[in-house]
Amino acid sequence: MAEKQKLVVIGNGMAGMNAIEQLLKLTDRYEIIVIGAEPHPNYNRIMLSYVLEGSKSIDDIIINDRAWYVSAGILLMTGCKAVRLDTTHQQVMMEDGSVVAYDKLLIATGSTPFILPVPGSTLDGVIGFRSIEDCGTMMEAAAHYKKAAVIGGGLLGLEAAKGLVQLGMDVTVVHLPEYLMERQLDVPSAKMLQQELERQGLKFALGKQTTALTGTKRVTGLTFADGTSLEADLVVMSVGIRPNIDLAMGSDIQVNRGIVVNDYMQTSVPGVYAVGECTEHRGICYGLVAPLFEQGAVLAKTLAGVETEPYEGSIVSTKLKVSGVDVFSTGTFLEEPHHDIIRLHDGWNRTYKKIVLHNRVVVGAVLFGNIDDSSRLERLVKKGEQMTEELYQELTGSGGCCGGKAKSNMAAELVDDDIVCGCNGVTKKMIVDAIVVDGLTTLDAVKMKTGASRSCGGCKPMVEQLLQHVLGESFQSTQTKQGICGCTSLCRDEIVAAIKEQQLYTITEVTQALAWSQAEGCSKCRPALNYYLGMLWPETYVDERASRFVNERMNANIQKDGTYTVVPRMYGGMTTPEDLKKIADVSIKYKASLVKMTGGQRIGIIGIQKEDLPKVWEELEMPSGYAYAKALRTVKTCVGSTYCRFGTQDSLSIGDLIERKFERVDMPAKFKFAVNGCPRNCAESCTKDIGIVGNDGGWEIYVGGNGGIKARLADLLCKVKTDEELMEMVAATMQYYRETANYLERTSDWIERVGLTQVQNMIVHDADQRKRLTASMEIALSKLEDPWKKVVGDQKLRTALFEKVIVNEPCTH
Amino acid sequence: MSEVRAERKICIGKQDDFLERVGRAVEVEGQVIAVFRTSTHMYALLDRSPHPKGGPLNEGIVSGSFLYDPLYDWKIDMRDGMVQEPDSGQVQTFPLIVEGEDVYLLIAGNQLVSK
Repeated sequence: MAEKQKLVVIGNGMAGMNAIEQLLKLTDRYEIIVIGAEPHPNYNRIMLSYVLEGSKSIDDIIINDRAWYVSAGILLMTGCKAVRLDTTHQQVMMEDGSVVAYDKLLIATGSTPFILPVPGSTLDGVIGFRSIEDCGTMMEAAAHYKKAAVIGGGLLGLEAAKGLVQLGMDVTVVHLPEYLMERQLDVPSAKMLQQELERQGLKFALGKQTTALTGTKRVTGLTFADGTSLEADLVVMSVGIRPNIDLAMGSDIQVNRGIVVNDYMQTSVPGVYAVGECTEHRGICYGLVAPLFEQGAVLAKTLAGVETEPYEGSIVSTKLKVSGVDVFSTGTFLEEPHHDIIRLHDGWNRTYKKIVLHNRVVVGAVLFGNIDDSSRLERLVKKGEQMTEELYQELTGSGGCCGGKAKSNMAAELVDDDIVCGCNGVTKKMIVDAIVVDGLTTLDAVKMKTGASRSCGGCKPMVEQLLQHVLGESFQSTQTKQGICGCTSLCRDEIVAAIKEQQLYTITEVTQALAWSQAEGCSKCRPALNYYLGMLWPETYVDERASRFVNERMNANIQKDGTYTVVPRMYGGMTTPEDLKKIADVSIKYKASLVKMTGGQRIGIIGIQKEDLPKVWEELEMPSGYAYAKALRTVKTCVGSTYCRFGTQDSLSIGDLIERKFERVDMPAKFKFAVNGCPRNCAESCTKDIGIVGNDGGWEIYVGGNGGIKARLADLLCKVKTDEELMEMVAATMQYYRETANYLERTSDWIERVGLTQVQNMIVHDADQRKRLTASMEIALSKLEDPWKKVVGDQKLRTALFEKVIVNEPCTH
Repeated sequence: MSEVRAERKICIGKQDDFLERVGRAVEVEGQVIAVFRTSTHMYALLDRSPHPKGGPLNEGIVSGSFLYDPLYDWKIDMRDGMVQEPDSGQVQTFPLIVEGEDVYLLIAGNQLVSK
């Protein structure tokens, strides 16, 4: 067997490691050593802006953890600096004096931010935005200082600025040109971007040349060429990058602005390769992520001795990763006289689309507001496709009545090696393999497996198309489940995670930050968001009356004729002659059309006029029975050991206790209980959300029963001995359901989706979790008051919410 | 609309009498009109769902210029009363003006015909 060759990689960044990952798929002929200067494993640098804005942690953006290196058989040396190359003897000299020999060398040293050489650039508080350390410095600064300036209104600068705004700083973006992202956008789209970002709280100083940074120890401000100035306690420079070429410069490797490589990523010295932002290929140094993957693919094949197409340069596409702002550009997007331009500028929907043609060939495009066509345009430009009438109609949405808008299947047009996810370098083949070989069927699963659409999410439509393409009709059902409503493509878990991570506190913040298509949401998502926010922030969230369904807003059940039903609380199904008398009195006085026993052991007063509701509540002097709410409805009980000759447990007391303790707290859906004194189960525990059955030694707790729309018998969760244990289990189960169920998902569906075992693991087998859940439930319970009492005592609310305006004598003009 | 001559201007209260995005019923000459206030506009519609089963509209959920009917969840554009797809129909709308704090309904002579 041939001895393995030693491949030494200098640089533990995205470019080098992506190339190695690709190489390992092709061959095991190398023994690989990676030398990294940063003390971390390899992380996804383009996601630093998420770390900054707080939506991701450092762990989230680690691509390859240490275990990966071990399992791949790679020796990783972190915190090690290579200081000199000896290409004659094929050795790398290390800072600590040691020497690493190689057969093949790969330089992937990346780049560093360019720091403007102006006076004051070495003051404290002046940094670039490139590494995890920079993120740390910025977060630290945000905790102690107020004003920040970001020099550079390019991609990275704007992401940094948005991150700092999110951290609570007052941020001004200083930019030399008169408009933003001039290397990626044209003037109209840049203006739209600026307006959008201003709306999100960023300030701009455009056309400003920074001449000096002021301050003695720490920076205090900037002065500009026009004599004006700006205060700042933190200055982030984001004016460009400089390839890291120091190491190569000290050797005989040819270096220009970057390390010069040919179309196979070979440097001028045989056996020495370079990849990524430290390179210069055909005169171009790339500063974006997509070229790294394309270079890495060619390099891997070259190193593996596999035949490969040459790398002929990248057509650069850009997407801005700022929440709520969709911007995309690709290829040649600035128009020149010889170009033909297709331009759609919609000032109402704030969208912009420009397609640049040269001799009918699509050479570039800019999108703002709606970037659905980004993957398609990127591909058209890459392949140099001709514009056709059909394509024109598809791209402009101006097709005729029959089939004009039918998009041809892009997924089928892609070839295996085409990169679908530019952020994570995922090709069509990798996605198709995940679907076919691993049998994955949902976007989330493919995302987890391949990383596609994990970062900016821009390729999500394309990944969905691939799923659709491969799975055909069977994908439809999973796809329609995606968004919680037509306003968003996000599912419940994604929304709840974003609310937590981005600290969103109101419905408006959620719909804005997560780019809802209908700004104020709809009748489906608004009540759902209202629930999620109340569940996540129990102590601070202010319930939005306008986002409650009519029943929950009016605290009564609307009937089809617009009258209401009033159901007062009867704890455990128990009432008194006094209460019955009151019910009879108001029923007569307010002309109830029907008085009826409900299915939950209480009485409904049907046919009350809306304007009479507060008066009815006032005269009943009974708490609301919440018969209208996504909350605890009833606790059905049998008479238990107090009266029944078979009774073994006091079901009446426990039923009363449970109903009093958990009434009023918002649940994902209506919630019904039953408590039985013996296994004869007269109160029908098996069809309740939580059913409790007493026996001689204690209680059995059942969960997930339903006697309504879809009958389901409850599962046994656990058995407990004491009433205290019972209350704890009940509280923990309810809270776990509150935290994990979709809005409107009953426990019967929830338990099947989550799994009984999982619920048992959390509630029964894990005492810490149980304690946490019960504590959270206590917090949620501590903030509640009776809604009827509240309305009765608030004259203004009574008038505005329940009373009609009656115009008797119109003042005619 | 311009040919309507006999138009009456009826004061229905102060702007503050109407909660944002929570509708309120206004009874004028025996007819009930649902009045809605958003952060930027006020709208007035006949308080009767165009759904075959009818029912009130004033308890619906408001999103921008749209109203989701409280009983059957039909989506209605409050600007012109048009029911949005996949359902269809139209609700009668009334012009409404705000002068200072006062809110006025403009009702044409023949608009409020009792049934």
